[in-house]
Amino acid sequence: MTQGFLSKNPSVLWFLAILGLFTVVVTVLAEATGIGLLSTSFIKTLGKTLCLCLIAVAMDVVWGYCGILSLGHFAFFGIGGYAIGMWLMYARTEIIVTESLAAAAIPPTPSEIENAIGTQIFGVVGSSDFPALWAFSDSLFLQLLMVVLVPGLLALVFGWLAFRSRVTGVYLSILTQAMTLALSLYLFQNDSGLRGNNGLSGLQNLPGLEDTPQSVVSIGFFWASALALAMGYVLFAWVVSGKMGSVIRGIRDNESRVRFLGYHVESYKLFVFTLTAIVSGIAGALYYPQAGIINPAEIAPIASIYLAVWVAIGGRGRLYGAVIGAAFVSLLSSWFTGGGAPSIPLGFYTINWTDWWLVLLGLSFVLVTLFAPKGIGGLFDYITINRAPQRVGDFGPDKGALRREEGQQEPEERRP
Amino acid sequence: MKTLLELSGVTVSFDGFRAINNLSFQIGEPELRAIIGPNGAGKTTFMDIITGKTRPDEGRVVYGEKSESLLKMSESQIARSGIGRKFQKPTVFEAQTVRENLAMALSNPRGPFDVLLYRKTAKGAARIEEIAEEIGLTHELARPSGELSHGQKQWLEIGMLLAQDPRLLLVDEPAAGMTPAEREHTTDLLKRAAQTRAVVVVEHDMEFVRRLGCKVTVLHEGSVLAEGSLDHVTKNQDVIDVYLGR
Repeated sequence: MTQGFLSKNPSVLWFLAILGLFTVVVTVLAEATGIGLLSTSFIKTLGKTLCLCLIAVAMDVVWGYCGILSLGHFAFFGIGGYAIGMWLMYARTEIIVTESLAAAAIPPTPSEIENAIGTQIFGVVGSSDFPALWAFSDSLFLQLLMVVLVPGLLALVFGWLAFRSRVTGVYLSILTQAMTLALSLYLFQNDSGLRGNNGLSGLQNLPGLEDTPQSVVSIGFFWASALALAMGYVLFAWVVSGKMGSVIRGIRDNESRVRFLGYHVESYKLFVFTLTAIVSGIAGALYYPQAGIINPAEIAPIASIYLAVWVAIGGRGRLYGAVIGAAFVSLLSSWFTGGGAPSIPLGFYTINWTDWWLVLLGLSFVLVTLFAPKGIGGLFDYITINRAPQRVGDFGPDKGALRREEGQQEPEERRP
Repeated sequence: MKTLLELSGVTVSFDGFRAINNLSFQIGEPELRAIIGPNGAGKTTFMDIITGKTRPDEGRVVYGEKSESLLKMSESQIARSGIGRKFQKPTVFEAQTVRENLAMALSNPRGPFDVLLYRKTAKGAARIEEIAEEIGLTHELARPSGELSHGQKQWLEIGMLLAQDPRLLLVDEPAAGMTPAEREHTTDLLKRAAQTRAVVVVEHDMEFVRRLGCKVTVLHEGSVLAEGSLDHVTKNQDVIDVYLGR
């Protein structure tokens, strides 16, 4: 990332500046670090929104730049959440269990502790044994590794199979959706080892930080999310600039032409798919400790469809468009569904936004697709296009055209 | 002149229709070759087979000094081994600038990580300038190629082909939609390219083929009807019957 990269992509600097300013403002208004104008729960909402912006950027790279409409990226997001959630739940339960057993007359053996933790965690699905899936759950480092490895490997294997068979377009979208659905149905089962539809809960309580108030934890996660978004944005801006971006956009526009230029298209798609899946996993690992709970419903295909809607409304093919779309639509969505929007009495019928929000969202998706395919991000084009063009040198090939030096004619050979 | 590419006994059927029927063909390096033939003679399918887009039912396609079979290679491998193709309809990346189009075609390592870590070099930039000069698009380098005229897109695609620096160029109707002056320029360009490489030109326009002044292969119903100089093949009674007579 040289000087050249940032100076050639001024939108990255703008984005980082705005994100930095936003972080500072929120920090000043927060309870733990500032004047306390914003509630802890709202800080958490903002932090979660930043994570959603990060996965939206990843989605924009895979869909807006590479042309793969993946309906599976929320599955990677969820896997990241589960991976960190397993450690959070295990470590916290271990502390509670050790404390309560310490009061007993006879000191507990390690296996007794292990059993007690198992009962605490899996009692809700009628089991007390640790499934093999939880083998690494006592190690924060290994579970953090899982946040990156599991989505990455899943994307690598799935992508390799799908891209190698030259599945493209709608069929690929259906395939990714099927993967997502299969994963969520599997997780819904009680014997999947991840507590079925109960999911993992209590994730907001960080083990070892019991005495730290949630107001502090929330601002910490907010900063971490902002940092992750900034880093993810710069990473993807770097990937899609330069020659890599050129090839990726080429694949989106005409896959076989890129192939005839000698590029192995499948490797490129796999690279983009896997990289974005890993970033989605990281975004999920930051999101769910702020949400406090993760369950299989979060992974359901509808979540990935929302993701596509955000990116489409924000503007495909430009990274800041995805950020705007995710932030705008998800915040608006929580305002409408959270009862923030006033109902509209029509006399014969009252429009309750909790019921009608999805209709409004669907309608705006259709309208944006039809009438403003560039999305909200497209509005920025009006700023840049209306800048005065650089008028240096000769104005045209005609004899009467303005010349740099009066009376000179344009040389003949300039005309192709 | 040594043989660069050899097809022997190649047959392709689409749903029972034999698009290519026991076709045998060879081209040396350097050589310029024109392929003519009526519609449906299998000219485009012939190119599809060489570039790996279509797999033949029977026959052999061998290429290069080591006589490698192209049938086992993927499209991108074939392209990397030095076979470049220009399509009949100009297919350039319209959302990208002329410079980006040419940069993508430049012969550099093609792996994802090579490309990710690729740095612009002075040599590459000079090569792009050189090609742009050759195809008359020097002043359009920064423009999105979607804004170019049809003829300019044709040029750009020829430029991308040159940037690939292939050993074998397959050029499908290069002169379509060009003015007479542009056609002349195209002929010169192809002739110059054929001094160091093998060039196969598929063309309908007899005047254009005459100006190329090279060996001509006439395809008909998927196999070679006649081969030789243009004067030789135009005197051939079979050729007159199926192609010129109509």
